[in-house]
Amino acid sequence: MFKILKYSFYDLIRSRWSYVYFLFYLLLGFVLLFLNNDLSKAVITLMNIIIILVPLIGTIFGVMYFYNSREFTELLLAQPIKRTSIFLGQYFGVACSLSLSLILGLGIPFALYGLFESNAIFDFSLLLVTGTFLTLIFTAMAFNIAISNENKIMGFGYSVLLWLFMAVIYDGLFLMSLILFEEYPLDNFSLLATMFNPIDLSRTLILLKLDISALLGYTGAVFKKFFGTQLGLFISISMLCLWTLAPIFRLAWKAKRKDF
Amino acid sequence: MIQIQELHKRFSKNKVLIGVDLEIQNGGIYAILGPNGSGKTTLIKAILGMVLPNKGKIHLNQKDIKNQWKYRENIEYLPQIANFPGNLKVSELIKMIIDLRSKPSSSDELIQRFGLEPFLDKKLNTLSGGTKQKVNLVLTFMFDSPLIILDEPTTGLDPIALLTLKELIAQEKKKGKTFLITSHIMQFVEEVADEIVYLLEGQIYFKGTIEELQNLTHKTNFEHAIAALTAQNV
Repeated sequence: MFKILKYSFYDLIRSRWSYVYFLFYLLLGFVLLFLNNDLSKAVITLMNIIIILVPLIGTIFGVMYFYNSREFTELLLAQPIKRTSIFLGQYFGVACSLSLSLILGLGIPFALYGLFESNAIFDFSLLLVTGTFLTLIFTAMAFNIAISNENKIMGFGYSVLLWLFMAVIYDGLFLMSLILFEEYPLDNFSLLATMFNPIDLSRTLILLKLDISALLGYTGAVFKKFFGTQLGLFISISMLCLWTLAPIFRLAWKAKRKDF
Repeated sequence: MIQIQELHKRFSKNKVLIGVDLEIQNGGIYAILGPNGSGKTTLIKAILGMVLPNKGKIHLNQKDIKNQWKYRENIEYLPQIANFPGNLKVSELIKMIIDLRSKPSSSDELIQRFGLEPFLDKKLNTLSGGTKQKVNLVLTFMFDSPLIILDEPTTGLDPIALLTLKELIAQEKKKGKTFLITSHIMQFVEEVADEIVYLLEGQIYFKGTIEELQNLTHKTNFEHAIAALTAQNV
């Protein structure tokens, strides 16, 4: 698996898109720091961008890579390599190169700005950790969609829908249900609802750490009240791990049963 | 030796292989022929474990290949469409496959034979179809494996490369290797094949030598004999 990972990774870090993605974050980091002049504020702005953008890029990149490397996959399938190694190798290749673009692209401007001397370093690292989680999760889901759909257009459609649902529609539905059922106790419901969406989960996680009650919103407040900051952090990170593992297992399962 | 018993494969409603029974002895060149969509590639891919049969068994040297992957160390496969990761250079792709197989290879000699030296530093997405096919051939022939499967090996090749390919096949055959070849170029098949396996509508319709086929169909021309074989069924 590591050989496949290595090659997918090299293939990707030399493609133009990885550079574009990297440069975008680099630019974003510098501009935010320049405009905000404050590390903590920049971290919050960044969070709002990362939480929407990272899933989108992960999804699109994942689907694109999977479809584009189909012939290469066939070449590998004829080699004495286990199927799961091929697909997991490719998946981690994509996910690692995307995460690297994110970490370096944002890390460099923040490091230059004096991140290591400031106390925003933990907030910032948590932001990068969440960004990496989101990359892993959404790339894995994109691979799942691509492996289940022969038709590229369908695959793209589903993955964009998935992103739209998780990033936008889910919150809308959530809010609507809160309004509709406001007479009922909704604590448990909203707790669960947050856990079922990795984007919401990441947002809560970062806001818990940043401890900005004004931005926590209803879910965040419930989360905090319910778990306290420490336990809340722990539970949301474990949920993110589950969110990462589930699609990876399904990918491995599906890879064993597919015809090429 | 390849033993295929009662192999069934369908893709959703489309039944591609309907009970294929086939035995292929070691050594010799077997041409798998048939009209478009008769299941040639599916049969080959089932042997490679890329397509998973709905029913039936495939044994390679008395070993069931189901859920196995190690056995592919002894198979070389030339896929129908040569398409590689575009960001890699030719030399990198070759190195990569050698690295993945961790086996000794004769890549340098083959690169020279197909005249690929000027392309070694070129990226794969800048190559023409024929050059890609040559790279594909180098990848297939550079290891010393007893079974070689070629799916449409002649696609896009110029006459010189085609000659080189035929020489290569003859040379490897002398070493006692087994070949499975699909092709629509009957002249090529006639030149290289020892035995014909004719697939029609997912079943083996004919298996035997070219002479046997000609006797059966009363045609002296191989191409016409194949056409007659298809027509007889209809």
